[in-house]
Amino acid sequence: MSRYPDAWSAVRGNPWRFLTSAWPWRSLAYLFSTVPLGIVAFLVLAVVVGLGLLTAVIVVGLVLLASLPLVTTVVAEIERARLRLVLPKPSARETTPLQERLRTWRTLPVSWSEIGYVVLLATVFWLVDAAVLMLAISTPVVLILAPVLVRNETIEVAGWRIDTTAEAWPAAALGLLALPAAAYLLTGLASGQAALTRLLLDPPEARLVAAVTELRRSRAGLVDAFEIERRRIERDLHDGTQQRLVALTMALGQAELELADGPARDLVTKAHTLADDALEDLRATVRGIHPQVLTDHGLAAAIYELADRSPVPADTDLHVDGRLPAPVEAAAHFLVSEALTNIARHSGAQTAQIHAWVTDATLTVTVVDDGHGGADPARGTGLAGLAARVDAIDGTLDITSPPGGPTQVRMTCPIADY
Amino acid sequence: MPDRRLLRIVIAEDVALLREGLVGILEKVGHQIIAAVSDADALLVYTANHQPDVVITDIRMPPTHTDEGLRAAVTIRAQHPDIAIVLLSAYIAEAYVADLLDSTAASTHAGIGYLLKDRVGHVRDFLDSLDRVAAGGTVVDPDVVRHLLARRRNDGPLATLTDREREVLALMAEGYTNPTIAQQLVVSEAAVRKHVGNIFAKLDLDPDSDRRVSAVLTYLRGAS
Repeated sequence: MSRYPDAWSAVRGNPWRFLTSAWPWRSLAYLFSTVPLGIVAFLVLAVVVGLGLLTAVIVVGLVLLASLPLVTTVVAEIERARLRLVLPKPSARETTPLQERLRTWRTLPVSWSEIGYVVLLATVFWLVDAAVLMLAISTPVVLILAPVLVRNETIEVAGWRIDTTAEAWPAAALGLLALPAAAYLLTGLASGQAALTRLLLDPPEARLVAAVTELRRSRAGLVDAFEIERRRIERDLHDGTQQRLVALTMALGQAELELADGPARDLVTKAHTLADDALEDLRATVRGIHPQVLTDHGLAAAIYELADRSPVPADTDLHVDGRLPAPVEAAAHFLVSEALTNIARHSGAQTAQIHAWVTDATLTVTVVDDGHGGADPARGTGLAGLAARVDAIDGTLDITSPPGGPTQVRMTCPIADY
Repeated sequence: MPDRRLLRIVIAEDVALLREGLVGILEKVGHQIIAAVSDADALLVYTANHQPDVVITDIRMPPTHTDEGLRAAVTIRAQHPDIAIVLLSAYIAEAYVADLLDSTAASTHAGIGYLLKDRVGHVRDFLDSLDRVAAGGTVVDPDVVRHLLARRRNDGPLATLTDREREVLALMAEGYTNPTIAQQLVVSEAAVRKHVGNIFAKLDLDPDSDRRVSAVLTYLRGAS
């Protein structure tokens, strides 16, 4: 089975490889197991629908009928598992555990395609499968055994009467030839039925929905990874570069004390000032990445720090009590940091206002300046990166920047779902 | 360096390079280093056993690299209220000043300091800060004070201060005494006293408070 991903591609492949593979046998098992399941499904449906309709007048029936989706959910789940016999590739479907779905079945949306499938299984599939199995197995078996059987009775296969040993031997040979034909027939039927089953139980739209869900998850994962990486960079800068620079300033400070007034000491003092500036730059960088104060004290404290150090004076009005989910805090901090950087670089603004508040489990953060406007989110990676970050936490980002200003950057995002 | 009180000091700093730098600078001027350790647990042990005059500790230390030094400081303050404490940090934020003042303010006459590690490189200033903390003063990094003052410059009583009064306020917040402020601004002590009086009147603070640094810092934090 390793050579072909599923039964249908095996049927279309090299005949010898197909016949020696496990696919005919798997198809046989699939079709064989359909029959009892179909019968059970038929009986259960008959009981539930029949009794339900009969007793509907005394309400009990309604309860019975209401349990129909429960029945179809269970059957559909068994069918999905059985499908792997001929379509081993797992579907990309969102799989809520069965127990979970059974526990919450009252609130489950009724899946008409599942009900349709179970009806099909109970009325058509198992009958067709049983008939084809009979034909496909009995024909070659009877033909092959013809030389033995003919001694006791006359055999009739598809209108061909075999009553002498002379006729029986060619029949046996024909039977051997019929075996591969039966294998093709069974596998073909199983593949077709499996394809139809998948279409009904895992409709393409559901697969698209599942793919979108998966994409969202992986994007959130990327943002998380991004955040972890930022923290690691902060940690590396703090533990490495920053500490070495501090050691450098200490050494330069000691040298200043040792040296007498003169050009050498002036140079050391200059070097010391440069090292101080480098440290200040480094701290500013770390502050923009993921400052410790954001981890320790949360969004409001970190925004105060950003505002205090903004080159363009920034007023704050924050109503964010307590801690928010870490991804939300990180995104909001990133937003304010980016917005203040842009204001300082491009806006020509004299002042900025930062507002943040929480209402109805939603965080809103706005940064407004009094600059000349005309900011284009499409230009510059800062704002684009911001949009991706906010999007990943199910938030929305609005940037309005008419020519002449003012520019407003606004994000809202839910804070409940973590 | 004249008339410097020689101090018995315990140092906690996890980066060996900086630990040795600190020890070098402090021993150079004659301070006695009882121990230079690399984590908060050892700091607590040496502090309890040797009763130093001053403890100098990094805030971020192993194992979690968050606020081990700060928590050790709170413990020391509770158990040995007479020991002065200087906290060093490679990164400083106003929110930590709140932690520091809230957690160490109660019932204490021993000094407290909160400084950027870079300040150690400005050796004279650093040693001076150390002396002030050892003498019971509160010393807060100028960086913090500057940004506290910068906030909300447009409204409130702070806006009514003159430029000179703001300078005096900043130096007060950093923990300087009136004579030192007079020296730094090259004015008479009487002039400084007059400015301080005006500041306290304008900000409605208690001029007789013996903990005026805390009062000023608390005011500045509240003004935000």
